[in-house]
Amino acid sequence: MTVDASLQGRTFPATEPYAVSRERIVEFARATGSSHDGSAAPATFPIVIAFAAMTALMDDPSVGIALHRVVHGEQRFSHTRPVVAGDVLSATLTVDSLRQIGGADIIGTRSEIADADGEPVCTAFATLVHRGEDA
Amino acid sequence: MNGFTTGDELPEQTYAVTRADLVRYAGASGDFNQIHWSDRVATSVGLPGVIAHGMYTLALTARALDTWAGAPGHVVELGCKFTKPVVVPDDDTGVDVVVRGTVEDVTAQGVQVALEVTCGGEKVLGRPRALLRA
Repeated sequence: MTVDASLQGRTFPATEPYAVSRERIVEFARATGSSHDGSAAPATFPIVIAFAAMTALMDDPSVGIALHRVVHGEQRFSHTRPVVAGDVLSATLTVDSLRQIGGADIIGTRSEIADADGEPVCTAFATLVHRGEDA
Repeated sequence: MNGFTTGDELPEQTYAVTRADLVRYAGASGDFNQIHWSDRVATSVGLPGVIAHGMYTLALTARALDTWAGAPGHVVELGCKFTKPVVVPDDDTGVDVVVRGTVEDVTAQGVQVALEVTCGGEKVLGRPRALLRA
């Protein structure tokens, strides 16, 4: 089963607002041995919010993705500003590209992460590789 | 943040990764994919054993960048391809991930850093690059 071709260009509803607490930043920083001085969250922290958007994409039955066949192929973050405690963030995911290579769907996603005022904070680009039944 | 010159080799950072780290990262990130904590599931999909989250390895890369920059909050751009899994043994020692960086360019936009992230002498990330705020 391949992914629905109409997926390209589709934008999904914004994720539920995520309140970033100091405790969540510390937990994430400690998990990677990083330090947190009370200011900026680690640079990859926005994956927590982007992951929720990607999960919604993968769980959507109309999309046709089988979760256990998905591999994270590529990831890039572009920060407008660092995430800090007190931010309330949500991600809006768009499928930028959809290609098929060797029986796999290569899904290029862009999650625009914005704060409670709608101001941009970070863009997280993820490429998901969805292997077909025979791949 | 000052003192970076094109061509600078940044001090190599070595981080040990254990199963306990992966469990902790799963909780902190919300990624509970079983291939990151169950040998049974990992081997059933053809992996040699439990592997680190690709995002965990990228987080270690960000940690090295914070160390070089002197503080968190300087990373503007960070990206890579996940090319080779980091297999994490079920012991107390874990496996070492080594992060190296070279300053490619210093411009008004910031400090462009070319990275090399290896495990057991093999590159595990493809074209890892970062831009640090000047």
